[in-house]
Amino acid sequence: MEMNIMLAGFGGQGILFAGKLIAYAGLLDGRELSWLPSYGPEMRGGTANCSVCLSDEPIGSPLVTAPDALLAMNVPSFDRFINDVVPSGVVIVDKTMANVCPTRADIRFCGVPATQLAEENGLKGLANVILVGTLLKMTGFSTIETLNAAIDKSVPPRKQELVASNKKALAIGFDFVPADDCLATSA
Amino acid sequence: MNQSSTLTEEAPAALFARPDTLTEAITNYCPGCSHGIIQRLVAEAIAELGVAAKTVGVCPVGCSVCAYDFYSVDMAQAAHGRAPAVATGLKRVYPENVVFTYQGDGDLASIGMAETVHAAARGERITVIFINNAIYGMTGGQMAPTSLPGQVTQTSPYGRDVALEGYPIRVCEMLSSLDGVALAERVSVDKPATVRKAKKAIRKAFEYQIAGLGFTIVEVVATCPTNWGLTPAAAFDWLRENMLPYYPLGVYKDSKAV
Amino acid sequence: MSEKVLMKGNEALAEAAIRAGCRHFFGYPITPQTELAAYMAKRLPREGGLYLQAESEVAAINMVYGAAAAGARVMTSSSSPGISLKQEGISYMIGADLPALIVNVQRGGPGLGGIQPSQADYWQATRAVGHGDGHIIVLAPATVQEMADMAALAFELGDAYRTPVMILADGLLGQMMEPVVLPEPLNSADLPAKPWALTGHGNAREHNVVNSLFLVAQELEDSILERWQRYRAIQEKEQRAEKYLTEDAEYVIVAYGAVARIARSACNLARAEGIRAGLIRPISLWPYPVAALQETVANAKAYLVSEFSMGQMVDDVRLALAGSRPVNFFSHTGGIVQTPDELLVALRRLAAGESIDLVPYQSRLA
Repeated sequence: MEMNIMLAGFGGQGILFAGKLIAYAGLLDGRELSWLPSYGPEMRGGTANCSVCLSDEPIGSPLVTAPDALLAMNVPSFDRFINDVVPSGVVIVDKTMANVCPTRADIRFCGVPATQLAEENGLKGLANVILVGTLLKMTGFSTIETLNAAIDKSVPPRKQELVASNKKALAIGFDFVPADDCLATSA
Repeated sequence: MNQSSTLTEEAPAALFARPDTLTEAITNYCPGCSHGIIQRLVAEAIAELGVAAKTVGVCPVGCSVCAYDFYSVDMAQAAHGRAPAVATGLKRVYPENVVFTYQGDGDLASIGMAETVHAAARGERITVIFINNAIYGMTGGQMAPTSLPGQVTQTSPYGRDVALEGYPIRVCEMLSSLDGVALAERVSVDKPATVRKAKKAIRKAFEYQIAGLGFTIVEVVATCPTNWGLTPAAAFDWLRENMLPYYPLGVYKDSKAV
Repeated sequence: MSEKVLMKGNEALAEAAIRAGCRHFFGYPITPQTELAAYMAKRLPREGGLYLQAESEVAAINMVYGAAAAGARVMTSSSSPGISLKQEGISYMIGADLPALIVNVQRGGPGLGGIQPSQADYWQATRAVGHGDGHIIVLAPATVQEMADMAALAFELGDAYRTPVMILADGLLGQMMEPVVLPEPLNSADLPAKPWALTGHGNAREHNVVNSLFLVAQELEDSILERWQRYRAIQEKEQRAEKYLTEDAEYVIVAYGAVARIARSACNLARAEGIRAGLIRPISLWPYPVAALQETVANAKAYLVSEFSMGQMVDDVRLALAGSRPVNFFSHTGGIVQTPDELLVALRRLAAGESIDLVPYQSRLA
């Protein structure tokens, strides 16, 4: 299975780290993968973004131009990339930051109030990981066990106290049940 | 009067043997040029300190571009102005080695000023021998960063106009403000007494380097009889009358003498 | 086999260089090679090595000259505008036969250009890396794994042929992370001896001289002829290229570095449509892998070159094919990255018998 993911948001929302988690999961699953931070023309527009490719074949272009999944953490990112998503692709949005509804009927959409959920659960700054949990649930790009192991690997040693909260955030996103008025419009 | 000819022609060979840090090659310097004296003083200092086996020299672009033929220690030839950077590389790989550069005023104070200042600022443990004769010698007598106000050169034919071309750079004074500099001393070789002083300064610079004290520079105010259009003796007169007032001899920084 | 780790190309190259025995790095900050220098600054002191930030690229390359003259495995890295400043030193290193590794993580130019990935320094690297009658070996990685693997190769080739070696990467390869298996560290005892190095003669040998000046014309010619004999050996033995699906390929893409990854995807897309597409990826850009190209001529109907530039390597493809097959061209430049779909369209048009010489402004006009 090939999976090309675009993650986008403001700088400081943990876009690159979210991408890294997915990449580490790919590494642990023994898959081919690439991770590419905002770099090149897509830096215009002021959003931080990150391309992650997972595949069983060697990765061609590491730059994701037609994402199978979009993880958007603000309105400009949603607007910017929504039309690039492949038909039947997955679009996950932080509803707290971007109260948007899908503008296309041929995608699987999920709005998660990730920033609000993070704050309610004492996980400030981990909205990104909550969204990765939802992405995992919706696409099955890996397993929850692998993602937990990826957290162990990608949290730097000097920040080990953050491992537990990251895992908690992942679980919240994974278990999130969409109760969203937008659901009606998704395919 | 006539000190240079006295030194080269009349001194008995037994008292003036070639130090083994110099090769037998005949130098390409013009008759009466100060380079021969200064190059020899450096060679003597290396020999006397007994460090020839672990000394590496760097020659510049300029009249001493071929100094690798004259010294019998390991030698690198450097791009114009880059000798302190090349010396930095040599020294950082073998910190126990003694590394020196031998540079003229165009090389050191014009095209290589950044390399000079930053090597000094880093306290690079190298010794820079700086020959200041106020002119570009090898290319035939153009204005140098140390050419004096009013000095006529090929490229300042009406005399150096400070309104147009700015002022000469006093390198020792400038570098002496940098914390990385262990020794900055200006000497000359215009008579036996100053030659002896120059020798002491050069030796001291190497000693400071060996002791790891920092960057050391000895500026030698020198003559270029050919491009100045003077006899060797008249050149030394001109040096004393014109250069020394602008470039006073002395110690500008000595980290040991507080 | 050691485990796979996730690293940026810039970092993987740096770590691999350390493992290849590099203990001296001289550099100057510039995007997008920053991580390489930062990694060295962090790691080298712990390995008993030296990271030194020079006052300029000019100084940095001359420090490399000095350290290489002392016999060290030494490197510098920069990006396009910085490489221009290093050209003086590189020329002197060619003239003085000094091995060292120079990494160019290319960005757009001319001038300050941009910070996006580019391959616009191909001519500079392969044709005019400094003044004078000389070359350096130029290697072009296409993956993070190759960024790592090429460090040791570059040092080995440099020492073997006494020449500077450049790894010509780009911002995409430098910035991206991929799984990489890092090479095993080299034993410092296994590094080649350098009897020519300026270590101090130790009263044990004649004094050594590292020099590029030959005032007697005959001596200069002799020294250049000797060097070009080494170049000839390099051209015979060190051509490197990867072929992908070229066995029966009628339409052969020629692309190096990051573009080759995109071209590979395009080949797969084209094959799925029944277009017999293949890819030649030059790995050594100098020497250019002429032989690999010529081996594909029999089945090939046309070639398609794609670069992140207005067309520089395309010259070498034309030289290698010597007019035997049409050479087509499609590119983006300035930091725009072509997509596999764009190359697929180009392949379709070739398969339909069209010829293509497209740079972006032409395609926009069309």
